[in-house]
Amino acid sequence: MIKSGLKKLYMGLVFIFLYAPIVTLIVFSFNDSKSRAKWEGFTLKWYANMFHDPVIVKSLYYTLIIALIAAIVATLIGTFAAIGIHYMKKWFRGIVMNITYLPVLNPDIVTGIGLMLLFILINLKLGFESLLLAHITFCIPYVIISVLPKLKQLTPNTFEAALDLGATPFQTIWKVIVPEISPGIVTGFLLSFTLSLDDFVISYFTTGNGVQTLSITIYTMTKRGIKPEINALSTILFAAILVLLILINRRPGKNNVLLD
Amino acid sequence: MLRKWLATPYILWAIIFTIIPLAMILIYGVTIDDGGIRFSLENIMKAFDPIYFKALLRSIYYALISTIICLIIAYPLALILTEKRNAKVTVIFIFVLPMWMNFLLRTYAWLTILETNNGFLNTVLRFLHLPTIQIIGTPNAIILGMVYNFLPFMILPIYNVLSKIDPYVLEAAFDLGASKLTRFVKVILPLSIPGVISGITMVFMPAITTFVIPKLLGSGKINLIGNLIEQQFVQSYNWYFGASLSLVLMVIILISMGILNRVDPSREGGAL
Amino acid sequence: MKKILLLVLSIALVFLVGCNKDSKEETVTLNVFNWGDYIGEETIAKFEEETGIKVNYEMFDSNEAMYTKLKSGAVDYDVLIPSDYMIEKLISEDMLLELDMNNIDNFKYVDDTFKGLAYDPDNKYSVAYMWGTLGILYNTEMVTEPVDSWNILWDEKYADSIIMKDSVRDSFVPALKLMGESINTMDEGKWEEALKMLQAQKAIVQGYAADEVRDKMIGEEAALSIMYSGEALLTMEENENLAYVVPKEGSNMWFDAMCIPKTAKNKAAAEQFINFMTRPDIAFENADYIGYSTPITEAKKMLDPEIQNDPAAYPSADILEQCEVFIDLGQKMTDFTLEKWNELKAY
Repeated sequence: MIKSGLKKLYMGLVFIFLYAPIVTLIVFSFNDSKSRAKWEGFTLKWYANMFHDPVIVKSLYYTLIIALIAAIVATLIGTFAAIGIHYMKKWFRGIVMNITYLPVLNPDIVTGIGLMLLFILINLKLGFESLLLAHITFCIPYVIISVLPKLKQLTPNTFEAALDLGATPFQTIWKVIVPEISPGIVTGFLLSFTLSLDDFVISYFTTGNGVQTLSITIYTMTKRGIKPEINALSTILFAAILVLLILINRRPGKNNVLLD
Repeated sequence: MLRKWLATPYILWAIIFTIIPLAMILIYGVTIDDGGIRFSLENIMKAFDPIYFKALLRSIYYALISTIICLIIAYPLALILTEKRNAKVTVIFIFVLPMWMNFLLRTYAWLTILETNNGFLNTVLRFLHLPTIQIIGTPNAIILGMVYNFLPFMILPIYNVLSKIDPYVLEAAFDLGASKLTRFVKVILPLSIPGVISGITMVFMPAITTFVIPKLLGSGKINLIGNLIEQQFVQSYNWYFGASLSLVLMVIILISMGILNRVDPSREGGAL
Repeated sequence: MKKILLLVLSIALVFLVGCNKDSKEETVTLNVFNWGDYIGEETIAKFEEETGIKVNYEMFDSNEAMYTKLKSGAVDYDVLIPSDYMIEKLISEDMLLELDMNNIDNFKYVDDTFKGLAYDPDNKYSVAYMWGTLGILYNTEMVTEPVDSWNILWDEKYADSIIMKDSVRDSFVPALKLMGESINTMDEGKWEEALKMLQAQKAIVQGYAADEVRDKMIGEEAALSIMYSGEALLTMEENENLAYVVPKEGSNMWFDAMCIPKTAKNKAAAEQFINFMTRPDIAFENADYIGYSTPITEAKKMLDPEIQNDPAAYPSADILEQCEVFIDLGQKMTDFTLEKWNELKAY
């Protein structure tokens, strides 16, 4: 009894730690002052003004679509890569993993300028496509790193066993391996989506042609400070995701939609 | 066989979008431009100058502390979460969701909470007649920012491996007379090592080069290596030295990751 | 799992189709590169409507970041809006086109004070967009003595209550000015001397902040900070205890100005854009939204009289006489100043 109480307390504390800034942000989206440093009274005006600035609306659109496509493509390439890497010979695996660490390890500025130079070299005009390619590139390693531990948990001869039972290699991967490692895949997808949403430096150097993400819009608001409308927009997005999550969970017996 | 070829698209991708761009940048690291561009290790040497090397060591130190704290917080949490077997998606989502708010907004929100004079926390503490804290502008604030920002990258991989440990294995251990502690040390811990290593990789490596956190939460009083590299590339247009700094950083970290991977019995990762 | 995948893919498809629809237009497009949130919310739409030119609007967060991207040649920008010393750097590297003032009729509305400045002495390359000074923003409740000198930033009474700027050249201004030096000095000895002053000051400095300084001043976390007049005006709106002053030793006067890089594909359209932004009614709208000081006399006259007469926004001529514009110091000197800056931050 005490033990379960302690567990709840611990979870609660971590939960407070993670959500304290989020709650602050939501509270201040109703602040009458433009500043996040002072509470001046309740207002809904930032919500009313939210869509007035065409730059914000457009960057929201690009942010979501880039994050979505980048996360999907990175998850596909990354998952297959992880399976491939898992079955590689040791020495080759070592090399591939070191390469995989590079985008994680390198400062964003190095990755960003490097990709910009590459796009100039291959004469790809900076814009939507280059931005997307860049995002996929820095997301894939996170998918691989998320999926690999799950592969290590497989019973060593799973692959051979399935083949012996008459499955084709493709069936083996799709019906045997993938379901087993699906939590890793979901994690990889979510982390990719998150990283894509949050990136500023790499995006700045690989975009052009008027394509701007929300991160770029927020980071470049240096002259006048971050607009309070951004807080309102973030709150709305947060609420939307929360509602979606609750809806998915309310369907009885369908708790594991993503994982089954 | 099919599975051998599965990594091929990625390897091609990595060659084009990781290796080539990086090579183009790092070539600057071993050259200088004094009238003509020529090979030189001058900038590599300069990276070991105390001003820069101290910043590098400091960054590694802060990243290490943050990684350890993340691990200490995440592991027990993941263990507790595995007991709730019926809501996996929710669990994963709940810990990722905060990260979907923009990083800059979240970090500013920490300022609102922690500011010394009129921050939310100190206002409450003062109201309760408790001593207030001063954290903004100290190394502790930088570490707090790093832990906050990277914690989900530690929780998820550990949770993933723990949630799939076969209950029969645990039962078997129990039947064989293992105590709870033995069961944890001899069965659960070794089985979860791959997840822990993934977590450490995804926290430690990006934490070294963050530069917004020391700027905002550390009040810009000290430079970390991320600040210096950014400064060389953007503010002084000195790609030569910027690339040298990155090169030195990269080699040091890959070597230490190689050492770390010796802990991993299956040696999945790279070993430089 | 499969259902979710299908759903996600179909959403992606819809998005893709949606984003392709505007690619087949044959209109002229103009690539404008400006600071974030530094133009009236409806200004671009108005320009597009009046001229039929489509604007691709992109944003940067610092002059240096702008330069890095421009220099790479990855994007063909048509109009840039960087600051003074950056414009001088671009001129000296032969990266700007000369403007044809016949196409920028509204140049006549630019106040004469803001013509022929050191970064572009013959007004051949740029048209001023916004301007201001560097000064001290202070809290009148926390600082009761009169503030008129940079000296106060070294006063131990205000230990831990002083915020400097996380930018080399801005933070060196107080030290150099107290020494009676030019802020553009090329004398390394003077910079060393100024560094000593800043190192001595570091013990009482709360931090070297960038944009977050505004909220720190509003939240009364510090008593004194150095700040640009434009930001100071916005900050003072949120807290009435705050006041702004340009110290008597002199300071920096800064400009953001519009110019056309050599990469421009549409010089005529770019000049049309500059002309549009300089038109008094548009310049007024723009200044009214941004809250910074406009160099267009006619536009200034349309502003709220309270703002027009605010010395923080439009200081008197004798204060401006004390102020200098930043000049690009060249690669070698820039590296040197950054090294000094890193020395300051190393311990």
